[in-house]
Amino acid sequence: MKHVAVLGMPNTGKSTFFNRLTGANTSIGNWPGITVDLMMAKVKLGEELTEVIDLPGIYDLRGFSEDEAVVRRFLESTPLHLVIIILNATQLDRQISLALQVKHLNLPAVLLLNMADEAPQFGVEFDPDKISQHLGIPVLPISAKYGNGYEAALKAIHNAVQQQDKPIITGSVEMCPACDEKIAVEMENLLQQAVSTPEQIQTNLTTQLDRVLLHPILGLPIFFGAMYLMFKIVYALGIPLQDQLQKLLDWVQASALKPLVAGLPSFWQGFLLDGIYTGLGTVASFIPIIILFFFCMAIVEDSGYLSRSAFLMDAFMERLGLDGRSFVMSLMGFGCNVPAIMGTRVMRSPGLRLLSMLVIPFSLCSARLNVFIFMTTALFSQNAAPLVLFSLYILSFVAAIFTATLFKSKYPNKEPLVLELPPYRFPTIGLIFMRAGNEVKNFLRWSYRFIILGVIAIWLLNNLPPGVPPASSHTFSGMIGNLTQPLLSPLGINSQLAVALIFGFVAKEIVLGGLAVIYGQSEQHLMGAIAHQIDWVQAYSFMLFTLLYVPCLSTVAVLKSESKSGKFALMSVAWSVGLAWVASFIFYQGTRILSF
Amino acid sequence: MMSNIRLEALKPGQSAIISQINTEPGLEQRLLAMGFRIGRQIFVLRCGWLSGPLHVRIGTTEVMLRRQEASQIEVTNVNNFQLRPVNPGAAA
Repeated sequence: MKHVAVLGMPNTGKSTFFNRLTGANTSIGNWPGITVDLMMAKVKLGEELTEVIDLPGIYDLRGFSEDEAVVRRFLESTPLHLVIIILNATQLDRQISLALQVKHLNLPAVLLLNMADEAPQFGVEFDPDKISQHLGIPVLPISAKYGNGYEAALKAIHNAVQQQDKPIITGSVEMCPACDEKIAVEMENLLQQAVSTPEQIQTNLTTQLDRVLLHPILGLPIFFGAMYLMFKIVYALGIPLQDQLQKLLDWVQASALKPLVAGLPSFWQGFLLDGIYTGLGTVASFIPIIILFFFCMAIVEDSGYLSRSAFLMDAFMERLGLDGRSFVMSLMGFGCNVPAIMGTRVMRSPGLRLLSMLVIPFSLCSARLNVFIFMTTALFSQNAAPLVLFSLYILSFVAAIFTATLFKSKYPNKEPLVLELPPYRFPTIGLIFMRAGNEVKNFLRWSYRFIILGVIAIWLLNNLPPGVPPASSHTFSGMIGNLTQPLLSPLGINSQLAVALIFGFVAKEIVLGGLAVIYGQSEQHLMGAIAHQIDWVQAYSFMLFTLLYVPCLSTVAVLKSESKSGKFALMSVAWSVGLAWVASFIFYQGTRILSF
Repeated sequence: MMSNIRLEALKPGQSAIISQINTEPGLEQRLLAMGFRIGRQIFVLRCGWLSGPLHVRIGTTEVMLRRQEASQIEVTNVNNFQLRPVNPGAAA
């Protein structure tokens, strides 16, 4: 099979082109020594099945970033029949350098000048034939978004692949000051003869929009308004959808699955229904939120507004070692941490990404909010309850800022913040759906096994050894609850609440259900039972712990899959549990000393 | 002829010619890829609040960069500029 790589700078519509070329049947490839996900797909070019690989967007083949190192390693280790170079036609004045670098590696290549439809808007003119003469490779203007010039480009790619019988592997893509000088000269010549870029700066839709959206006074309020709107759309729609899906799953369980397994011993019934089926349900319940989240993210990101958030929030975020995009993700984490962590992929600097991923789990998500509303209603007066809730939100921010400050030297952002602010664009519906679909695929690919196994493990803990009441003190989880008492009783957390925390490790949604099982009460009577047993100091300590320790199994699963490091996920869990313990300890003991 | 000043010192609405880039190689390479080449004209569109980043434009590329990075770029020939409407001939 022949191999073709797609190479280009960031913000050139490279992925749009890749999606157009490959359709929906993409997969993630494993390449020796490469730690970043590379999308690939098998495409029929003429008669021949060809494997197309989408490389990460890079600025410079000899650059210092992680992505640039990945592309280098890939080119040095993979024999290729063709490199498709994608550049932004309106920014040839700077991007043509990448094409010249590829030319110097003697790789067979085709250059596509994408977004050619935008060039007149910017007063940019270029001559593809002259560029082609300079580079000695076919050069074609296209619009990957609208499909203009796509057929001709496909034909050129097909021809080039057909002519290339043997794959070519490049030598080392190393530093070479002499080549760099040569490239600089060639670049000047080429630009002078084939490209004209206006030196005068002109107004267009983008400069006019920026005048409002990046306004010194109005900019931030508009940004927060936009974020609020996005939050509302994702979660006002997503949470009810999640509930409906849960109801549907419950209905299937009650009306179809239960009769089906009725003949089995009750342990196996529980294992199949409450273990495996609930695990599947947990995975499924995230899908509507992930879809909605990435619908909105695709709009915010592809429109160009997400990079503007970096500009607006930078003065504050720089001090935390983060940038405005981390802020957007943390904010979205207040709905659900899982898509927010997946969303950090837009940040290409590994340090920045890991630090953001470490911070997001402290965002008080809607599942935790349920627990807090229940506890505050049970144990606090009507006047005090909203204040208590508000204090938890404040603490959520404090924990995030504290974590960022503490870890920013461990995960330094090595990439300089020189960020492109692309022109505002309208994303197409097709692209938005494609993005959401890919993200769901991504979530399912990595996370489902982990989540299902986790749910089963917790179910087993709550139901083994056989024959004892579920989640009682005789089960394994009850024993763990008792074992942890020396650690947790100084926090005012008794053994029943400790078992609830074990439930909460799976998902905060099931903490209340778990408490009902533990206390042997229906959820309606649970409030009274708990209020009878613990006082408000214990309750607040429990909530503080719940706020700070691991949000849920699914969050741990995406932390692991997105960081590609079990160690990082483990560290995140250990840090949050440690912080939860210390915070609850200080609160509980402090309050007791003040003799409440 | 004006002497060199740092890009950081430009105000929104001012343009200048890049005369020198004194940064470590990683940043220099990134700046080059963004179009920061010696002799090119750079326009400062706006500055963020609380000594936040600069929003600049070179050719058709708009870029934000922090003051720390901007202080390592020297410019000369400072002028004031105004945004012009698109040349109708080019749009046709």
